[in-house]
Amino acid sequence: MIQFTRVTKEYPRSGLALNDVSFNLAKGEFAFLTGPSGAGKSTILKLIFMEERPTSGEVRVSGINSLEVRRGDVARLRRKLGIVFQDFRLLEDRTAEANVAFALEVTGAPRGTIPARVSRLLTQVGLASRTTAFPHELSGGEQQRVAIARALVNDPLVLIADEPTGNLDDRATRGVFQLLREINASGTAVLMATHDIDLIRRTDYRTLEMDRGRFVHDSVDDRRSAAVEGLY
Amino acid sequence: MLAVREALIAFRRAPLLSALGITTIAFSLFAFGLFGLVALNIRNALRDVEERVEIRAFLVDGALPEMIAAVLGDVAAFPEVQSADYVSKEQALDRARTELGEFQDVFESDFLPASIDVRLRPGFRDPVTVREVAARLEGYHFVDEIRFAEEWVEKLHRIRTIATVTGTVLGLAFAGVAVIIIGATIRMAVLARSREIAIMRLVGATDGFVRRPFLIEGFVKGILGGVLALLLTWLASQLISQQFVETAFFDRQLAAIGILAGALIGLAGSALSVGRHLREV
Repeated sequence: MIQFTRVTKEYPRSGLALNDVSFNLAKGEFAFLTGPSGAGKSTILKLIFMEERPTSGEVRVSGINSLEVRRGDVARLRRKLGIVFQDFRLLEDRTAEANVAFALEVTGAPRGTIPARVSRLLTQVGLASRTTAFPHELSGGEQQRVAIARALVNDPLVLIADEPTGNLDDRATRGVFQLLREINASGTAVLMATHDIDLIRRTDYRTLEMDRGRFVHDSVDDRRSAAVEGLY
Repeated sequence: MLAVREALIAFRRAPLLSALGITTIAFSLFAFGLFGLVALNIRNALRDVEERVEIRAFLVDGALPEMIAAVLGDVAAFPEVQSADYVSKEQALDRARTELGEFQDVFESDFLPASIDVRLRPGFRDPVTVREVAARLEGYHFVDEIRFAEEWVEKLHRIRTIATVTGTVLGLAFAGVAVIIIGATIRMAVLARSREIAIMRLVGATDGFVRRPFLIEGFVKGILGGVLALLLTWLASQLISQQFVETAFFDRQLAAIGILAGALIGLAGSALSVGRHLREV
């Protein structure tokens, strides 16, 4: 569903961000993207939702190819993705439900269907009682849940999360991570960039580790090696 | 409908910025309106003077009334001619007595000749046309002499040309400044909402969807600014009329064109500002 083929990304000022990177993310998969700051995690995510284009190589997401993509295609692609950031990116002057509804209105969803869908999603993320609260009235964890609900409105194929727990305390981190696991269990692929080693160790999800614009470790390869060793 | 609601939300959310935008548009258009007012009054004054452009064809003594009537019909049918009037010897004398009162006693006999006085339509009062019509009148055998203030007609034409060229150049400059100021104001509104635009694009809004509320906002601001500018210009014209000189104001059609111009400038300013912003993000 997401396919990077020999992707290099170079910025005019800061230089090489990704160097000949290739990987796949399958439907329904959960993967961590980890590595130190400046390793290239955010660049990978930006290339997936096509905020950036590769300098060379090819990014293919849900049938849309970075080599042929037009501006209008990007909007259509983003409706198939859910995107969550460390800083939540909510509209401060709108309630939780208005923030979620906004994402549906933007995509031209029938007006009559919006309230029910918004209510279902806010219930799913555990905010049924906070629907009319404004972002500044919500805790960090609650704001991130609103952002996740917003990311899920269009039933995305994949949820892209850039350090979604970076601004949260332990308890909120656990809550948000559990929510992401549940979303994945219902069939949505999740690609989560994180620094949080504890979170990664707690599960056996695939981990893609980056350093200086390259993948230095993919846990899928370990499993394959172990499987091969097991055969002999 | 959603775009209209979003535009209204933008007005409500940043009332000060919106008011600033409308005021800026209003003052830019007010400057343009004042200039328009001056141009309009100069044009009216020139038109009044031009209306006095007249060709007088003096007739030989003994011209037959039926011939004069036929010629009057002919001349009145010239496409350039607004009116052609016969002035008899007696009428000419009366007129001279009225116009030159101090010489009343001098005009005693019927030495003044009868004439056909021709006035031209607006747009045909330039020296070339005046000369052409005069030459045509000269062709009638019972016309003795043709008179028109040639030098004066040429001077008037030159003043009119200078006024038109200066007016167009200054008008374009004022309009250009208004577009730049209004564009900058709307750009401020766009930048104030750049975060919102980024979020809209993130959740899959098309450029058209992002653009629409801004276009509506710019259009409405342009109309409001235009109405305010018209009001200010009207107040200024009233003040000038009361304190200095009687001033003509725009008719309904010109006023409507002014407001429409405001709306279009608002729309164009928004389109340019949002377009530029979308290309940058």
